[in-house]
Parts: sequence; structure tokens; C-alpha cells
Amino acid sequence: MNALDLLLDPLFRLPLITGMAVALVLPLLGALLLLRDEWLAALGLAHLAAASALLGLALGLPAVLGAPLGALAGGAVKSLARARGNLAYGFMILFGWSALFLIAANSSLGATLGHALVDGQLYFAGALELIAALALAGLAAAALPRLVPRLMRARFFPHDETANRLPAHRWHLSFDLLTALAMAIGTATVGLMGAFALVLVPAWIAFRIAPGWTWTMTICTLVGAGGYLAAYLAALSQDQPFGPMLVAVLIGLAATLEAGRGLIGRFTRARPREPR
Amino acid sequence: MSGPLLRIEGLVAGYGRPVVGPVSLDIFPGEVVGLWGANGCGKSTLLNVIADRADLLAGRILRMPGLVIAYQAQQPIRLPSMPVTGRELLRFAGASRQDLPAALEAVSRRRIDRLSGGQYQLLCVWAALAGRADLILLDEPTNNLDPEREALLAKMLTPSRLARRETSIAPPLPDRGILVVSHERRFLEETCSRMIELA
Repeated sequence: MNALDLLLDPLFRLPLITGMAVALVLPLLGALLLLRDEWLAALGLAHLAAASALLGLALGLPAVLGAPLGALAGGAVKSLARARGNLAYGFMILFGWSALFLIAANSSLGATLGHALVDGQLYFAGALELIAALALAGLAAAALPRLVPRLMRARFFPHDETANRLPAHRWHLSFDLLTALAMAIGTATVGLMGAFALVLVPAWIAFRIAPGWTWTMTICTLVGAGGYLAAYLAALSQDQPFGPMLVAVLIGLAATLEAGRGLIGRFTRARPREPR
Repeated sequence: MSGPLLRIEGLVAGYGRPVVGPVSLDIFPGEVVGLWGANGCGKSTLLNVIADRADLLAGRILRMPGLVIAYQAQQPIRLPSMPVTGRELLRFAGASRQDLPAALEAVSRRRIDRLSGGQYQLLCVWAALAGRADLILLDEPTNNLDPEREALLAKMLTPSRLARRETSIAPPLPDRGILVVSHERRFLEETCSRMIELA
């Protein structure tokens, strides 16, 4: 079976579309998280989502429904407590990780499902996961055009919000909840580290090379979608777990970019100046 | 519009304890008011309390109803990586590029993290001036500026800029004001329509 057949196989169509919706949304949120210096929050939210998903599974709830509960609670607490900075996110990660594996160890599902959440269980995505991912994509498409200008103003001109007594908590909370929901659905489908990589790596690449914000969002989309497709095909054709393959592909893209930039820089420095 | 944009009466402000005051002043439309004083006399605290960023310990601040404030702090937000062009920054700030000085227009397509400190400072001041704010608060806007750029800043602060361009075809009346804090007395004397010295 060649790569195209795999893509078109009805068995894998639902997982493919589900993952693609997630891969289009998470990098865009990643760009905003990176600009807000909150990218580590995504890993914290992913851990909370995984713990909550596992608890939900133990109680008979699908992961895609259980995961948002913990992540949304984490996002709301973060926003309302104005908990910002790596220290707060570090504690969120530790709490989520501890809860995840304690729930795994003390439920009939055992550690297997816990590791499945960490690794990603995209190939088991069904109609429910697809609906959740498409709903997420629709929500992001509706919310981001309104949120981005406000978040950018808040980032670059933060005192204007206070000076004009604006209800800034509304858009900060909205963004935190959207991120929490995206991380939850991402964790329940492409896995904990896969979702985190989709937040961090495309945005990191875009921040290195984009000439402006419009290009940042475009590059995030292209790297997220392209990396996801490449990982999907590679994992299926090589019979590898999807989550680690996605992370490997994205890191490979980042390394290739850095190597290319290094080569271009060396070439530019080494080229003798043309006489005037 | 004849009333003040902002009226300050017997104001004492600080951060838990008094830092500045008592101070009283009015800012009217069309005015560029300079606030001068020695280091530590509470100039920035006065701006901060107007912008709700310091404690109002006594007196009162009356804002014109619906007043919109733009506040440019001493140091503009500068992140290690900012993939945003100058034009995009102005767009996000809701600021017009009409009459943007040529020196800023020339670099407006560049990423803001690739601008010099002075260029970025001026761009942020323009974002405040060319936006929809009625009252613009500028805290030490000459920071990072060489003499050439300081002269450009002085041009940007001329009272003729305090009328909104889109209001009518006839020359519009000034309806905005600026309060500038600086430790550079000469700059304030040359730029402002009125100057207040804080003791």
C-alpha cells in the first residue's frame, strides 16, 4: 500500500481529518502563546487534560470529553488567578503529571491508557473525536480574528487596558479557555507531547523566519499541516507510533531550518564583496 | 469642546504611601502640557495614577466622559522575538499611517525587533499619537533618542496634530491633548504649549 492509498483509505480517513483540524489550530495558538511568553502553559494544560481524560475514562467518559474538563479548569484557574510565568506553569505540569500516573496506577485501566494518552491515539479517533476537532477549528476560526487584535494590543500596549478600564479579563480568559480546549482535544487525539510540539515548534520556526505577523500565522499553518501530514504517512507506512513520529518530524523541520539558516549565513559572510 | 479633558484637584498619589502631591492641573484640548521635575519627584507616579496604575491617596481626578487614554511608558515593551512589522503594530494599535514621518515610513515594513531602540520608541509614540485616544500620556519619550530623532519627536508633538483629520473638510478644531513627562527641561520648553514644574 503506497502513501496515497493510506491517505485515501476509508479506515484512516476520520483520524486523518481529525488530526488535520488539530494541526491547523494548535500552531496558531502557539504563535500567540509564544508572543505572550506562555508556551510552557500549553504543556501544563496538556498534562491536566491527560489526567482528566484518564479520570473520565475510568468513569466511562470518552477521552475527548474527559480531557477538556481538567484543561478548562486549569485554564480558568490560570486566568482568574493571573498565574503567569514559568514557575506557575511548572507547578501545573508537575500536578498534571502526578495526577495522570496516580490515576493510571489506581484505576482498572492501568498505565497502558496513561501512556496511550502521552503517545497519542489518533488512529482510534472516531466520529466523536472528529466532531470535537471540527468544532474546535470552527470556534478558533470565529474567535481568533476578534481575539488577536485585542491580545496584540494587550501585549504591546498593556497600560492602555488599565488606563481605559477595559474589561480585559474577557479576552484573556477567552484565549486561555480556547487554548485549554485545544490542548485537551489535541492531547486526546495526537497525544500529550504531539499537541505540545504542534504548539511550540511551528511557532518557533515562524518566529525565526517570518517577516511579519501575517507570515507568522501562514508559516505556522503550513508547518503544522505539513509536519502533521508527513508524520501521519511516515507513522502508517513505517508502522510507528504517531505521537513520537509527529514530534520527530517537527523537530527535524526545525533542525533543517536552523542548518539552512546557518549555511546561508556562512555563505553570505564568506562571499567576497563585489567591487563598486 | 470647551471643558478640560482631564482635571486633577489636590491630588496626592503613590504606592501605598505618598510619592507626589498635592497637585492640581487641567489639560484642555489642543494643549501639549509638559511635566518637569528632578529625578524621584513623582512625575511618572502622576502619569501612573491618571492611568489607574498607582494609588490615589487624596484629591480627585475627573475625566471627560468617554475619555480614551493612550499611555506610552518609559520603556516600550521589547520582547526577544517579535515577528510583527511596524505597519502591523500600528494597525493593531488602531493608529493611522497618514502623515507618518518619512523616517518611520521607511522602516515600517521591517520587523519591530529589527528596529533600533530609537526607531521603536518613535513608532510606539506614533501609535499613541495617531490612534483614537483623546489624551496621550508620554513618559520620558526622549529615552533612546539621538538628537536627530529627538527633533523628529518634537515635530510629532506639535499642537497641529491634536485635531482629528477625519472630522470635517474644514480645518478641524483640536480635540485632543498630550501630557509629556521628561527630565529634559529644554525639550519640554521647545515642545510644549505649557509647562508645569513638580517640586
